[in-house]
Amino acid sequence: MAIEVRVPTVLRKHTAGERRVSGQADDLRGLIDDLGARHNGLRSALVADDGSLHRFINVYVNDEDVRFIKGIDTPLSDGDVVSILPAVAGG
Amino acid sequence: MLLSDPALAIGDTPLVRVAALTPANYEIYLKLEGNNPTGSIKDRVALYLIEDAERKGAIGQGSRIVEPTSGNTGIALAALCVSRGYKLTCVMPENTSSERRTLLELYGADIVFSPANEGSNGAVRLAKEMAADDEDFYMPFQYGNQANVRAHYETTGPEIISDLPDVGAVVAGLGTGGTLTGVGRRLKEHNPAIKIIAAEPEYGDLVYGLRNLDEGFVPPIFDPSLLDGRIKVDSQRSLAATRALAQNAGVFAGVSTGAALSVAQRMCTPDRLPEGTKIVVISADGGWKYLSTGAYDAGDTSKLAEDLAETVWA
Repeated sequence: MAIEVRVPTVLRKHTAGERRVSGQADDLRGLIDDLGARHNGLRSALVADDGSLHRFINVYVNDEDVRFIKGIDTPLSDGDVVSILPAVAGG
Repeated sequence: MLLSDPALAIGDTPLVRVAALTPANYEIYLKLEGNNPTGSIKDRVALYLIEDAERKGAIGQGSRIVEPTSGNTGIALAALCVSRGYKLTCVMPENTSSERRTLLELYGADIVFSPANEGSNGAVRLAKEMAADDEDFYMPFQYGNQANVRAHYETTGPEIISDLPDVGAVVAGLGTGGTLTGVGRRLKEHNPAIKIIAAEPEYGDLVYGLRNLDEGFVPPIFDPSLLDGRIKVDSQRSLAATRALAQNAGVFAGVSTGAALSVAQRMCTPDRLPEGTKIVVISADGGWKYLSTGAYDAGDTSKLAEDLAETVWA
């Protein structure tokens, strides 16, 4: 299953400058493992030692924040778009 | 309505139904915060921040105030500082609309720009440094001050309940998290079944900055446990919805209103909200302060959205 992953500027050092990469997995945990195996340093940039997503990272599946779906266990299907964005302030 | 002071005109904003932009079997209402005296929801927050500081004795005649802002909070604070005799310095990313600069200068505020490539978090960093280096500065710090949340818990939330007691969902933009936290807390006390949804702006690369992720920022006052969902909206969709709002409902709103409206429209399916649900969308401001960005110009909307993507619009 092909999942499109959008990578923010700060993480492109791990993807040879690519803003879009693709991965194969049936949930977010699997996707991060898959990406980590091919893009050195990406996994530790996204996931803390306890296995949860880093506090300053937001991950969206088809625009929805996974923290409000099933977190790192959020299921994925073919054609889903996963976006990674740094947390920013407004106001 | 006769009032003895402009600050008394803050709040009690209209809640208007926009049937033309609502999918069948749902109701969407906009709370028009652009009707506040300086044109945004931040008038509520600024008043609470200033009155909180006065009550604590932290500021008085002639005090100097510094605050990081993407614009609206600064403008609202600046207007209040005029009549109360405070000197305001706003720290703002340089990639904000020119109207913000014009208005702040008109109100007599000083502006310190933070670098575009640090994104909006750069303004927070710089204002904190300035406050730490100069003890004379008072920093209300909207991102960490419970007075921000209280403004919405005590005013925005109760107004929604009073106008629409059977509200089923609220959608608001995520900036400081003050609106979502204050309104969310108040509405869930009224009815725990009410869904609170965040519409998060998605910008172009520039706004996110080039810095290390460990320098990311989650506002301390933001309580995500009150949220039922968080959906990001890019400049393209926000702009399309904002323009449709003007063209089909006659409402001229800021770009973040389009973001929240498009999230509300997305929620209008039975697997997300039961049919018949009344959804309130917080319209944080009017469109006036974004005219110079070209967002409302005639032309190819996708091209306009591309230019807008590098401007902080929430």
